[in-house]
Amino acid sequence: MSERKPDLQLTADVLVIGGGPAGTWAAITAVSKGSKVVLVDKGYCGTSGATAPSGTGVWYINPDKQQREEAKQSRYGLGGQLADNRWMDRVLDRTYENMNKLGEFGYPFPLDELGNPYKRGLQGPEYMKLMRRLVLKAGVRILDHSPALELLADDHGVGGAHGYNLHTGETWSVQAGAVIIATGGCAFLSKALGCNVLTGDGYLLAAEAGAELSGMEFSNAYAISPTFSSVTKTAYYRYASFYYEDGTAVEGAGSQRGRSIIARNLLQGRQVYASLDQAPEDIHPLLRVNQTNFFLPFDRLGIDPFKDKFPVTLRLEGTVRGTGGIHIVDETCATKVPGLYAAGDAATRELICGGFTGGGSHNAAWAMSSGSFAGEGAAVYAATLGDSSSTRSLKGLSSSTLTRGASDAKPNKTEERVRAVQDEVAPYDRNLFRTSKGLNESLSTLDHIWQDIRNETISLDAHSVKKREAAAMTATARWMYNTALERTETRGMHKREDFPQQDASQQYRLISGGLDKVWVKKEEVAKEAVLH
Amino acid sequence: MIEIVSESKCISCNLCVSVCPTNVFDKVEGGIPVIARQSDCQTCFMCELYCPVDALYVDPNPEQITLKSEEDVENLGLFGGYREKVGWGKGRTPVAKHDYMYQLSAKTR
Ligand SMILES: Cc1cc2nc3c(=O)[nH]c(=O)nc-3n(C[C@H](O)[C@H](O)[C@H](O)COP(=O)(O)OP(=O)(O)OC[C@H]3O[C@@H](n4cnc5c(N)ncnc54)[C@H](O)[C@@H]3O)c2cc1C
Ligand code: SF4
Ligand code: SF4
Repeated sequence: MSERKPDLQLTADVLVIGGGPAGTWAAITAVSKGSKVVLVDKGYCGTSGATAPSGTGVWYINPDKQQREEAKQSRYGLGGQLADNRWMDRVLDRTYENMNKLGEFGYPFPLDELGNPYKRGLQGPEYMKLMRRLVLKAGVRILDHSPALELLADDHGVGGAHGYNLHTGETWSVQAGAVIIATGGCAFLSKALGCNVLTGDGYLLAAEAGAELSGMEFSNAYAISPTFSSVTKTAYYRYASFYYEDGTAVEGAGSQRGRSIIARNLLQGRQVYASLDQAPEDIHPLLRVNQTNFFLPFDRLGIDPFKDKFPVTLRLEGTVRGTGGIHIVDETCATKVPGLYAAGDAATRELICGGFTGGGSHNAAWAMSSGSFAGEGAAVYAATLGDSSSTRSLKGLSSSTLTRGASDAKPNKTEERVRAVQDEVAPYDRNLFRTSKGLNESLSTLDHIWQDIRNETISLDAHSVKKREAAAMTATARWMYNTALERTETRGMHKREDFPQQDASQQYRLISGGLDKVWVKKEEVAKEAVLH
Repeated sequence: MIEIVSESKCISCNLCVSVCPTNVFDKVEGGIPVIARQSDCQTCFMCELYCPVDALYVDPNPEQITLKSEEDVENLGLFGGYREKVGWGKGRTPVAKHDYMYQLSAKTR
């Protein structure tokens, strides 16, 4: 962004981009370490992101040796042994601490039979309403409806961001000693619950600054949902039977491992139906209370999901319930770029769940833990800069030129591009069941889209946000598929039709990056990381 | 998708305009908000939860518009149904606190 000064100019020690669980924990933690903090959100901090409309089970495990050991083992094998024992310990500790704090801050936990708060889950609307309150109480300035469009940097590293306010039509800039990216994952506008604000923006911002990504092959999470609904809550499908239209059972279909069978049927044009007919009747009322949003679509359409058969589909959640994201280089969740930190779904979650989904408990634990690690790290880093930050001459890093002048592309071109990217990442026979041929074909299309985007000048109006989203989704898809090509085996959620077995010699992580030219490299899992 | 802002119920507090994560509504000077970018609606139901007078209806279908009328929604008792279940609003207890939360886990352990 050049020419004229932004309409709103702010300074802070720490700028947090994204106000979901990770961003809000980052903000309050940075304040507690003495930082002045600004938080910007594309939507509204408190309702936006994957947690707010949904709610999450949380990896809250008592600090009991055996319980912790079992917890760590639970996904270690499923994740292809790519998790890190030390990080699992840290996250379990910090999650335990933060969940207890939430109780003190006033989250209304239910009570167990002994009258102790039961802390294995959080209701999204309640949790995020509380987090917003805590952020405001801490004195953080929140800019809602204010997506970040590019990072600002100089030779010393990242020092702020530029963006646009969708409500006021004003541009903003925040100059800060350190920046935390907490923009969530990328679900490619699939309308999975709460996910349409999650378009991989943070990955692009980070990569434009020179940061790297990790585990981008673990980016093909698909969630079961009724065909007529956005509610991708999947836990209750453990009680489901799956049927064909004629009422015969779909053998082997299931919620956890049997999703592939559902996908293969859908691919062949055979609609699959579900019914929660295996849920014992005495728990029906309990299920209804635990996930009110799960029942909402059924209630509105007069369907009894415990008896009736309803058509289901698999909605892409990409990296949201996958595990890939920005590569983290130390315990403060720093990226390799000075001044730049990443937390939550924006960061890789391989450290705690390898290549297996982070949904169900790990991602929520990671969001609150990594948020506070990054908040601390960024606060300390900003403090070391002292006053020098005010004299920096920062430049915007967007890979497409952002300008105040008129745009050269028509807005409908963006929609076209988004659809073209979706056509490569949504189909099960591209992204869920991967082959070298399919990935290569997709990449040649995606590379073209990227070039197209790259050559365009983006003028700063409401459309600029969608244009940058399209760029971020395109870049994300390219990192995903280049990495998926490189991993010639099946591990965690990454399934190669042409390499259906796990290959012991590929027990490493894959780091990726680059914009015009995407690269992928191997990184060994440290010996100390291995869980025995 | 968001389908209805009830003219008879809405008190023009503009909370829905503020809380919608995907910026679907536009404020209207001296009037009730309009659904300005319906296809951007991600069907998250958050606006319903924040509307203090249950004036909004979000249909579960994220892809198609059903054209339900306000009367239909009223007759089916769907206005405010979700907010009630979540336990938000005066005199209600948040569902987060409900004993069943724990009981389910105890029963299914
Ligand atoms: C249906 C569903 C159910 C889930 N259930 C579970 C579960 O039971 N257990 C579990 O552990 N995990 C679960 N998950 C995953 C969990 O919700 C996420 O891991 C968690 O929300 C991540 O938090 P976050 O703060 O990183 O990102 P989010 O909560 O997604 O928040 C990201 C925020 O960044 C903002 N943002 C995006 N781009 C920009 C930009 N350019 N500028 C400014 N702001 C931006 C967004 O508006 C949003 O507010 C579930 C996910 C889904 C979709
Ligand atoms: S359902 Fe969600 S996205 Fe749609 S209008 Fe309401 S708040 Fe906005
Ligand atoms: S929140 Fe409800 S009352 Fe307030 S403006 Fe929106 S629809 Fe009207």
